[in-house]
Amino acid sequence: MKVTFPHMGHLWLVLKAALTGIGLEVVVPPPCTRRTLELGVRHAPESACLPLKVNLGNFLEAQELGADTIIMAGGVGPCRIGYYSQVQGEILRDLGCAYEMIVFEPPDVHFSEVWDKIKYLNRRPWQEGVHGVIMAWLKACAVDALEQEVQRLRPREASSGMADAVFRRALQELDAAGSRREINRVVKEKKEELAALPRRPDVRVLRVGIVGEIYTVLEPLVNLDIEKRLGALGVEVVRGLFLSRWINDNLFKGLLPLPGHHPEKTAPPFLNHFVGGHGWESVGDTVTFARRGCDGVIQLAPLTCMPEIVAHSVMPAVQQATGIPVMTIYLDEQTGEAGLQTRLEAFVDMLRRQKGVKAG
Amino acid sequence: MTSIYLGIDVGSVSTNIIALDTDGNLIASVYLRTRGQPIPAIQEGLREIRATLGQEVTVAGVGTTGSGRGLAAVMTGADVVKNEITAHAVAASKVVPGVQTVLEIGGQDSKIIILRQGVVTDFAMNTVCAAGTGSFLDQQAARLGIPIEDFGRLALEARNPVRIAGRCAVFAESDMIHKQQQGHPLEDIVAGLCEAMVRNYLNNVGKGKEILPPVVFQGGVAANAGMRRAFSRALGTEVIVPEHYGVMGAYGAALLAREAGPKTSAFRGFELTERDFRTGGFECRGCANHCEVVELREENEVLARWGDRCGKWSNAVAV
Repeated sequence: MKVTFPHMGHLWLVLKAALTGIGLEVVVPPPCTRRTLELGVRHAPESACLPLKVNLGNFLEAQELGADTIIMAGGVGPCRIGYYSQVQGEILRDLGCAYEMIVFEPPDVHFSEVWDKIKYLNRRPWQEGVHGVIMAWLKACAVDALEQEVQRLRPREASSGMADAVFRRALQELDAAGSRREINRVVKEKKEELAALPRRPDVRVLRVGIVGEIYTVLEPLVNLDIEKRLGALGVEVVRGLFLSRWINDNLFKGLLPLPGHHPEKTAPPFLNHFVGGHGWESVGDTVTFARRGCDGVIQLAPLTCMPEIVAHSVMPAVQQATGIPVMTIYLDEQTGEAGLQTRLEAFVDMLRRQKGVKAG
Repeated sequence: MTSIYLGIDVGSVSTNIIALDTDGNLIASVYLRTRGQPIPAIQEGLREIRATLGQEVTVAGVGTTGSGRGLAAVMTGADVVKNEITAHAVAASKVVPGVQTVLEIGGQDSKIIILRQGVVTDFAMNTVCAAGTGSFLDQQAARLGIPIEDFGRLALEARNPVRIAGRCAVFAESDMIHKQQQGHPLEDIVAGLCEAMVRNYLNNVGKGKEILPPVVFQGGVAANAGMRRAFSRALGTEVIVPEHYGVMGAYGAALLAREAGPKTSAFRGFELTERDFRTGGFECRGCANHCEVVELREENEVLARWGDRCGKWSNAVAV
């Protein structure tokens, strides 16, 4: 059995650690590129949202490397991810790909449904499997800690790209790390390297929160590297969605004492219900960012994403009540970057001028 | 010797260049079709500006804007490179102080800019639909066999504008053909089309925005009297079309260059109109992204490269 999974930002590093930890042979799909997108778009239904298409591209590229089993997330709506695995499975079958698909989703009846799948996959004594999962969790926390540093540095570094170069090396080293000690060493070393990077003198940095659908927020191929673009424009990006937080909120059910999403506390009175996906969190996080004094918020979503459309329609009320400017960007398969760049520049210009007025 | 500021707006459909005197008055302007070839358009525009002003000018600053702003900046040596939203807002505020809403419809895109107390507070651009843009009007005028210049005047003669679906360019077109075949007079159809376009604009671009007067309408489509009337009817307020409505982006870019006030401009001189610029492209095979890298050359020297995701090529040239 050679397992693979869809890409979502740095998720591969975490999943690889967990799955190797339980004794599986893992095929990490090639990094998402334009080819991935083209493969997915060619075979997926036109009206499906973008993540489904890119995932499909990942599966097809992983198969070229010998993968025969897919580990996929499912869901129970209203977000369409619940039917991704079904549709993708059918498409792959039609294409003659002999893939086995194992879907993890909230159980219908009993938690044993999930448990059975884990038992089916596990190849190691339990203690070792647990060790693998702990490694994966530590790596997720390490990636997130370093990425937050990078987000802070991008607008401040003397020449752009230096912090990202350190981060890229950090990801490679974290991937290779096999123990808690090694992980801690990588984090410490890279943090020091980042801290030593030359800075630009006297920059006026803006803070912009990114909210929205998790896939478009975390996958740089799809959001056209929006965080790097903003960094180059002198913006420190903050976001509520991180892998470690997502794992804690969803898989560990918030057991670990980490800052989680609490849309039930922050989103009302603008949005009082779960609307699928991360729509509720988008509204809640926007309120949180406004309270924390961010200069603006950018909402990202794949075109036709229902939960984010609901959140989008609530945003004018949030803007009015909190005074924070919100810009919504729908992403689809277009790779022309000029349109996005123009909007980002205009948004940042607007925030700078507004801030100038407030300060003056 | 007079000192001037140049504003260059390289859009998808038109390339506009204007010159300001040191007091910020517009003293020359050129409106040219880009025809997919921004480089000759910029050269031609600069030639015309120079011919209008005579030889005795020094350029104190250059601002570029529009979707070709990056190219124009490298080619001419710009001091300020600004996005269209900021440029249009600055220009509208200069012409109509206290403006609260700017409607801008150009060749391939349309935007709305909301200002309060002279500062942009919100904006939107059309994303997935070109139904309300100049290109669509051009195309429909051509299909009906009317010169685009007469389109607006014809619309004003309408007595009963017909209802045309405004949500989508394709629906609008089939609706129009249907109404034509039913025998509605041309002017009623043209006026109906203007109303449909305004509805489309307000629903898509202006969605959720608080449109308060004074409202300024600019961009190439503001030349169309039918569109002007349709806007003021739909909004129930007067719509102001500035004198230089067609070149407001370039005007804003020049104002921004003047505001920046560079000690010495990076302008590479009017001689650049006679130099040989070429763009070329190649597909990078470094990874599976296969980025389409574009490069700008002057004679044999590479001035700039862009289009690569990783920066391998663009960083290779110091811009």
